[in-house]
Amino acid sequence: MRVGVVTFPGSLDDVDAARAVRLAGAEPVRLWHADQQLSGVDAVVLPGGFSYGDYLRCGAIARFAPVMAAVAAAARDGLPVLGICNGFQILCEAHLLPGALTRNRHLHFRSRDQRVRIESAGTAWTNGYEPGQEIVIPIKSGEGCYVADPATLDELAATGRVVARYAGGNPNGSLRDIAGITNQAGNVVGIMPHPEHAVAALTGPSTDGLGFFTSVLKHVAGAAA
Amino acid sequence: MARVVVDVMLKPEILDPQGQAVAAALPRLGVSEVTSVRIGRRVELEVEGTPDLAKLHELADQLLANPVIEDYSITVPEDSP
Repeated sequence: MRVGVVTFPGSLDDVDAARAVRLAGAEPVRLWHADQQLSGVDAVVLPGGFSYGDYLRCGAIARFAPVMAAVAAAARDGLPVLGICNGFQILCEAHLLPGALTRNRHLHFRSRDQRVRIESAGTAWTNGYEPGQEIVIPIKSGEGCYVADPATLDELAATGRVVARYAGGNPNGSLRDIAGITNQAGNVVGIMPHPEHAVAALTGPSTDGLGFFTSVLKHVAGAAA
Repeated sequence: MARVVVDVMLKPEILDPQGQAVAAALPRLGVSEVTSVRIGRRVELEVEGTPDLAKLHELADQLLANPVIEDYSITVPEDSP
């Protein structure tokens, strides 16, 4: 199984994402922002960082990278796509996910280990978790405050599309404590905290994040069967 | 060449913590009559020939502003050289 990890100019967490893919048992495939196609990968990760410097708005310029046209088209056809942190911002800017991520309410950059409750285990990236399961993964962002209009928030909640909520304190003012969401089909997931930084005891606060990457392998294997 | 100005503001219902931080600093200058501060972005474009408004709207809508959280307005100032 091959999982693509996109590197944009300014991506920071692409190497950790590729490592998480490898530890989960898949082959990471490096994709470049200028690639026109996805090399036949089974899933794609948009990693954290500051793509194109986030000079305009976070993710706003990355959205127009050549690789994103291929990612958007494949996502609409059901390819599993996970956007972490900056990747989540890119997915919102690309309208593959609703809402937007704005400046943390308190204006401070937050870097800490964060308790997160998995709300939906029905997605391509969270099927290995139990609904309601709490995990601890790092968060490190200055623009992680999720906002959407009340109708969108109600719809997300009613249709099980809130993938994760912050537990034990909201680190950024995200509406309804939302840490991650998914699209209607459940193949595209965006999450603000970093599962790829919690995949090995030596380097993370837990190994709780590995479940995102093992989940997608299970999902792809199931889809192929 | 024409100068086109695109003003981008957070929608009224979106919290503006940057504006709030500035508002909170104003009393230190002895200012007490300002009740609200909201901060936006002004983008100045130099355009060759006559600006195509439809195209500018597309540009503003897709890149300069995020319509999910921001409103924008486009003006072509009279004194444009």
